[in-house]
Amino acid sequence: MHDLTDLYQTVILDHNRRPRNYRVLPTANRVGSGNNPLCGDEVTIYVELDGDRIKDVTFQGSGCAISQASASLMTLNLKGRTIPEAEAIAGDVLKLITSGDVKDDEFSDLSALAGVHQFPARIKCATLSWHAALNAVHGEPAPATTEKTSD
Amino acid sequence: MNASWKNLRADFPILDQRINGQPLVYLDNAATTQKPRCVIDALVRYYERDNANVHRGIHTLSIRATAAYEAARERSAKFLNAGSPAEIVFTAGTTDSINLVAHAWGDENLKKGDVILLTEMEHHSNMVPWQLLARRTGAKLRYLPIVPGDTGLLDLDQLSSVLTPEVKIFAFTHVSNTLGVINPAADLCAAAKKVGALTVIDAAQSAGHLPLDTRAIGCDFLAVSGHKMCGPTGVGVLYGRAPLLDNMPPYRGGGSMISSVEYFESKWAPAPAKFEAGTPNIADVIGLATAMDYLDGLGREAIARHDEKLAAHAYARMATEVPGIRMLGPAQHRSGVISFALPGAHAHDVVTLADRDGIALRGGHHCNQPLMRKLGLPSTARASFYLYNTEAEIERLIASLQKIQKFFAE
Ligand SMILES: Cc1ncc(COP(=O)(O)O)c(C=O)c1O
Repeated sequence: MHDLTDLYQTVILDHNRRPRNYRVLPTANRVGSGNNPLCGDEVTIYVELDGDRIKDVTFQGSGCAISQASASLMTLNLKGRTIPEAEAIAGDVLKLITSGDVKDDEFSDLSALAGVHQFPARIKCATLSWHAALNAVHGEPAPATTEKTSD
Repeated sequence: MNASWKNLRADFPILDQRINGQPLVYLDNAATTQKPRCVIDALVRYYERDNANVHRGIHTLSIRATAAYEAARERSAKFLNAGSPAEIVFTAGTTDSINLVAHAWGDENLKKGDVILLTEMEHHSNMVPWQLLARRTGAKLRYLPIVPGDTGLLDLDQLSSVLTPEVKIFAFTHVSNTLGVINPAADLCAAAKKVGALTVIDAAQSAGHLPLDTRAIGCDFLAVSGHKMCGPTGVGVLYGRAPLLDNMPPYRGGGSMISSVEYFESKWAPAPAKFEAGTPNIADVIGLATAMDYLDGLGREAIARHDEKLAAHAYARMATEVPGIRMLGPAQHRSGVISFALPGAHAHDVVTLADRDGIALRGGHHCNQPLMRKLGLPSTARASFYLYNTEAEIERLIASLQKIQKFFAE
C-alpha cells in the first residue's frame, strides 16, 4: 500500500495552501491554458518572454491540491529559464510524475511530485500545468489580448 | 425471490472485501450500484444454459431465450406500471433512451420556433441530446431554474413563465444525481399537459430507489439505466406511451426491426421491435428483470424509506460534525445522494483520502457542469447511499471526513 504522505508531501500541502505566483501577469506576452474535461480542472499560465528567456511566469486556475501545487512549483522552476532549459526541465518533470524517477538532486522541491505515479488516477492532475506552460512558451509571439480576439 | 432485509449485505458478494486494509464502504451508488448474487447468477445461468439469439430461432434454446427476453419486457412493464409490454423498449441505458426520443420523436416533430424545456439540474445526458436536437431543428432550449442557495430545489414559481405553449417537450430528471432533490414529477407532467407539451423523465436515479408508476406520474417517456438499480451495465429501458411509439419513425435500422425489406424500401415492425434493431442485449435484459424481482422483493417503498433515513441522518451529522463543510441539496425529503464541499480541500483530494480509509466516494462535476458553475463550485465530493448501506458506515464516513478536514486545515 502506498502511503498517503507519498502523494501529499509537505511541499505539496504547502504549495496548495499558499500557491506561489497565483495571479494574472499584466506583462504577459504568452498565455497557455489547460483543462481536464473529465474532472473539471482548469489552469491558465501567463508567461512574459524576453527573447528566449522566461522573464516571469504566473498561473491561475482551480483544481485539486496536486494540480495547484504542481502549477505553483512549475512557476518557481521555470522563471528565469531559457526556452530550451524550460523544455528540458518540463520533460524531466513529466517523466518524474509518470514514473517516479528522480533524475538528479537538482530539483529538490520538484521531487515532491515523485509520489504521484503511485496514484494513476492523479497523474493528469500533476501534468496539466506543465503541458499548459509548454503551450504558452511555444505559442505565437503575439500579445495575450490579440490571441483572444483572433479566435 | 426471497429477498429480505435481514442479512441483506450477504446478497452482494462485492461488499465483502477490504480496500487499503479497511472493510469496503461503497458510497458511489449514484454512479452505479452493486449487483446481488441473484443477478450475477441469472447472467451465468443464461450463458451456461439458455444462450441463443432471440426472435428468429425455431430451436429449443432460441425459444427459451426469446421467452426469457419477452418475459423481461413484461416484468419491466409491471415494474414501471406501463399500460402494456409494448410500451417498453430495451436500450443501452438512460443516455441511449433519451437519445432515442430526441431523434425519433424530436426530428419528426420539432421545428424552428419550438422550445425544448429542461431544468438547470439536468445530467449532461439529459442536456446534450437536446442541444443536438435544437441544432438539427432550429428549436430553442429553455431552462427552469433552481432557487438561489444550496438546496437545489426547482423554482416552481417560475414554471408558468417558462412552460409556455411554444414548449413542445419538457425533459427533466426525477431525482438529481448531484443534489439529491426529488422533483414533483406528477405535478410537472400535469402542468406540461396543460400547454400540450410532451414530458420525458430521466429516471436514472429514481428507478430502483422509489416506487415508480408511469401512469400515476402521467409522463409520456421515461428513461432508466439498469446498472443504477442492481442490474447489469449496458442495459436500460425506455418507457413510451403506445400512441407515441406507434407514430415515431425508427431510430436505427437493421435486423429485427422490420416487417418486410425490399432492396429500396422497408416496412417497420410495430413498436417496440421497431426500436430494437440488431441482436439485443439479451443476457443483461434478463439480468435486469432479475434485479427488478430482487428490488420488489425488498419493496421499493421500504428502499426509499431506508435511503431517505440514511441520507437525512448523514446530512445532519455531516453538517454539524465536520467543521466548515458546505452541504448541497435539501436537508430532508431527499434521495440518498449527498454532495458536499470541504473548505481548502478539493473534491479529488477528499476522494483520494477517503479511499485510503476504504470508502468509495466520487468527486468532480458529476456530469453537471452548468449546475456546478451556477453553485460557484468547480466540483463537489459526493456520497450516495443505497439499500445495503448502514449507519455504521456513515460513522466511518464522518470519521474519515473529520480526518481529511484536519489534514487540509491550515
Ligand atoms: C440523473 C442521471 N441521468 C442520466 C444518467 C446517465 O445514465 P447512463 O450513463 O447509465 O446512461 C445518469 C448517470 O450517471 C444520471 O445520474
